Amino acid sequence: MLKERWNDVEGGFHPASAPDYLPEEKLREVQLRRLRVVVKRAYDNVELIRTRMQEKGMAPEDIKQLSDVAHLPFTTKLDLRDTYPFGLFASPMSDIVRLHASSGTTGKPIVVAYTREDLEVWAEVMTRTFASCGLHRGDVVQNAFGYGLFTGGLGAHYGAESLGATVIPVSGGNTERQLMVMKDFSVTAMCATPSYFTHIIERAHDMGMDMRDLPLHTGIFGAEPWSDAMRAHIEEGAGIKAYDIYGLSEIIGPGVASECAEQNGLHVFEDHFYPEIIDPETGEPLPDGEEGELVLTTLSKQAMPIIRYRTRDITRIIPETCACGRTTRRFRRVGRRSDDMFIIRGVNVFPSQVEAALLQVEGTLPHYQIILTRENGLDQMAVEVEVTPEVFSDKVRALEDVRAALAKAIEHIVGIRVGLRLVEPRTIARSEGKAKRVIDNRSL
Amino acid sequence: MKLQQLSVFLENRPGHLAEPLELLSRQGINLLNLSLADTAEFGILRIIVRDWQKAEQVLKDAGWVVKLTEVVAVDVEDRPGGLAEVLQAAGRAELKIEYMYAFPLRRNDRAALIFRFEQPDRAIEQLQSAGIHLIEAEELFAAVE
Repeated sequence: MLKERWNDVEGGFHPASAPDYLPEEKLREVQLRRLRVVVKRAYDNVELIRTRMQEKGMAPEDIKQLSDVAHLPFTTKLDLRDTYPFGLFASPMSDIVRLHASSGTTGKPIVVAYTREDLEVWAEVMTRTFASCGLHRGDVVQNAFGYGLFTGGLGAHYGAESLGATVIPVSGGNTERQLMVMKDFSVTAMCATPSYFTHIIERAHDMGMDMRDLPLHTGIFGAEPWSDAMRAHIEEGAGIKAYDIYGLSEIIGPGVASECAEQNGLHVFEDHFYPEIIDPETGEPLPDGEEGELVLTTLSKQAMPIIRYRTRDITRIIPETCACGRTTRRFRRVGRRSDDMFIIRGVNVFPSQVEAALLQVEGTLPHYQIILTRENGLDQMAVEVEVTPEVFSDKVRALEDVRAALAKAIEHIVGIRVGLRLVEPRTIARSEGKAKRVIDNRSL
Repeated sequence: MKLQQLSVFLENRPGHLAEPLELLSRQGINLLNLSLADTAEFGILRIIVRDWQKAEQVLKDAGWVVKLTEVVAVDVEDRPGGLAEVLQAAGRAELKIEYMYAFPLRRNDRAALIFRFEQPDRAIEQLQSAGIHLIEAEELFAAVE
């Protein structure tokens, strides 16, 4: 029946979207059943999780109701790094059909594995993502997310194919070609980071091209935080509807949550990912509606089940049911994080990486500050470093060399070109307690 | 002949040159000479004062990054070719000059030049053996005060 609606009715939903409309009682039942399976799978196959559960005196059988999830140990990004590369795998390599990795900006990358079933789930949640953003069979999707180890490109690719849309795998970059493809192939939907798409709009404008004349009607944006102001700018500039999607490679990649036509919060694909909001300080669960850190547990993943992953993203669950009819819970779009990590051009950067680079060059850690701005739609990162007596010289050339060495060391570790400015001592504001390392001036 | 030069790191922003200079003036420290090396983003203020130990302390206490460098004061005739002779002698001795600046002081038709050599001691030895006159610090300070 669903399939018929999908095929025949404009605006109908894809059959894969059925779980988004489950009655709540049924959804909780599915979640509990899957949670019990995934916890057992993790306990039986992943040493780290087994040890941590044993330390808490827990066995998989102790999961009797959904709220018992709160007794399970957390998993952090550090755990994924410490167990690099295969330490969290719960499937033998012979069952693993795909590996992805995070950008590896903190030294070692984080490896994520997928069994064939995991890939099917991934394609399904991405299908539901696109359907939720109003795409159909017949849409032509230009995918400007990067293809490769990054989960964005292939995640969106298989989802759009599975939806029945036509996919154009352009990957990122080459803006003029992006515009040419958009125009020549009558592209109707675009996947990109919001900052890159802003850049595309500006380039189009420079080329004397009005994107509003194109058949493009929808933009699917993710991989970095953005705001309603930026959405308005994009929607106005390109004449499209712009949707926010959410995901992270540790959990699956894109496809963890998505906005719907209401553009008011992101629906979690709750039958596959169990969301909790916790107090980032105490780790205690918070009721729906209260702001805290988003914690996710995978409910169906085989190759790499993740229990209570601390995303560091600060948001809150919206308790009200959504006007779109979906019964899955939504969270507010993520605006800030509980740790000091920031995302620039889709790359995760920690100030600690910048510190490592500065230490490498200077020997001691100078005071520094990272300033993020957005110029012509592209994120820019500048680092201000206070000059120390150790590196100061009466020779201009020597100081220029220091400046260049610092910039190079940071670029090497972070993988992004940075502007580096030497500043006078004590010019960077000191704060009591934790230093404010990142000044984010990107108008989100 | 050898002088202690203080270098101070400055950001290239309006008003920044005044701050360390005012600091020294409040301590009654008189500048014998000053030069400024600048790029688009930062500058290096180089100064020569009699009481360089005190100046260094005052600046450091106020949080400025200060570096002490030995420079050489060379005495040249204030006439066409005066500087060229010194440079030729330095070139013959293969002395590496990091930078130099002229001195406003004039007495008996002679000018003083401040050189920052890679190896100041070797420079002094070579220049003297080439017959170039180097000025003692005391002589310079006495001439202006």
